[in-house]
Amino acid sequence: MKPFTFERARTPAEAAAAVAKQPGARFIAGGTNLLDLMKLQIETPPHLVDVNALGLDKIEPTSDGGLRIGALVRNTDLAADARVRRDYAVLSRALLAGASGQLRNKATTAGNLLQRTRCPYFYDTHQACNKRQPGSGCSAVGGYSRQLAVIGASPACIATHPSDMAVAMRVLDASVETVHADGRTRVIPIADFHKLPEGTPQIETGLEPGELITAVTLPKPVGGVHVYRKVRDRASYAFALVSVAAIVQKDGSGRVALGGVAAKPWRDESAEAEMPRGAKAVTDKLLAGAQPTGENAFKLPLAERALAAALSQARAAA
Amino acid sequence: MVEQDKGCHLPITRRELLLASASSAMVATTAVDAAASSTRPASPRPGVPTAQVTLAVNGKPHTLTLDTRTTLLDALREHLQLTGTKKGCDHGQCGACTVIVDGRRINSCLTLAAMHPGAKVTTIEGLGTPGHLHPLQAAFVKHDGYQCGYCTPGQICSAAGMLDEVRQGIPSHVTGDLAAKPLLSIDELRERMSGNICRCGAYSNIVEAITEVANGGVA
Repeated sequence: MKPFTFERARTPAEAAAAVAKQPGARFIAGGTNLLDLMKLQIETPPHLVDVNALGLDKIEPTSDGGLRIGALVRNTDLAADARVRRDYAVLSRALLAGASGQLRNKATTAGNLLQRTRCPYFYDTHQACNKRQPGSGCSAVGGYSRQLAVIGASPACIATHPSDMAVAMRVLDASVETVHADGRTRVIPIADFHKLPEGTPQIETGLEPGELITAVTLPKPVGGVHVYRKVRDRASYAFALVSVAAIVQKDGSGRVALGGVAAKPWRDESAEAEMPRGAKAVTDKLLAGAQPTGENAFKLPLAERALAAALSQARAAA
Repeated sequence: MVEQDKGCHLPITRRELLLASASSAMVATTAVDAAASSTRPASPRPGVPTAQVTLAVNGKPHTLTLDTRTTLLDALREHLQLTGTKKGCDHGQCGACTVIVDGRRINSCLTLAAMHPGAKVTTIEGLGTPGHLHPLQAAFVKHDGYQCGYCTPGQICSAAGMLDEVRQGIPSHVTGDLAAKPLLSIDELRERMSGNICRCGAYSNIVEAITEVANGGVA
């Protein structure tokens, strides 16, 4: 790890100001991803602002019947919350499908949204990576790409977003609340939160320097059967090859988002009109325009079959 | 138990023996770096940013001034000489560094000591002692839940935290009904312990040891 200075912030605005005033400074909450990357010198922040004492660790009902999840709510607590288990089960399921018990005890809601890709070329500092070092190229293109993106990628980057939680947040139409250094706040729909790589894969979200996530809000429950299916190389503690978050209503309508296929949770509301016609009709539309590599073309039929399994699971549970 | 008592009466610990042999090896070859072979807490290098933190480790408060980069794992091992907690991968993948912080099991390698002011930390040394083993420690001995033993402190701290999570009703990936209180089946145990790797492959005996303690209702 490169040396860094360290401070503990007392208020969200103070934390935002502390990061905004020093180029390269970073917030640290759970630290489970950032410290891993700092040890490998993929991240080299000169200053860390510890946000753990900001009190953003509550899950509260909103005035419109939804739920406001503090940025620092740990993955374990969010997955175990009785309201989440009852009304937003797809979120509980997605969280529990990710990481290990130890990591979920530390990892936070906001940190999970901000975690970096596990593309092997991003992790290997001897390789070209436009995300890690803009302009250096992309060794993943033409390289080992089995785990990487099949849609929404660019010649500059074919990394995927690694989060399970974010896929559930996308299917639930969550919103991300933030605060700036000057105290201004804003609300970003989850659909707009993560950016596709295009020519600037180092820009992963629309957050401005020093902008701090304070909460993630869920709209009021939509009912239906909630399913999260994750397909991976081992039964536990592995990132998704493909995952499916689905909410299925009694009449067969519903919502679907995919994980493991793109740089952001992959959802297309217009494809959801095909839900009553079955998995193939949905994924044909949802993954139209996919450009897989030879090594990851298997993800297209895998996504269709994972969705078919999710729909079958939902019918059995209805 | 007999073997444990024997171990307790050894005149020096395994770590002291290893340090002694490492020192003599260095004497035989090149100059000894006194700081590196010392068992005294390492001081931060001059000019390196530091942070002060007070931790209650196994019930005893310690105030440390640390290089900000010091992980909780390195604070325990290198500054407090609590070397029961092991460094395996140092990237949160193997679970050897698992300790219990404020009642929760975490990977001590993926958190900075400075992030835990006032925290209560329990390590393998605080769970039990050679003369008074924690039920999980006794069960691992009884069921031979290890071969080389390197992952064992992490397995045991993780199991203690995991059994507490089950008692609190926290669900897992394999819990069938999210509305029901989870029970500790073999599938549940395997899923919940997946963050602890045993390269010797002692998993079946680890499962037996944890199951016995879970069924006995003490951990």
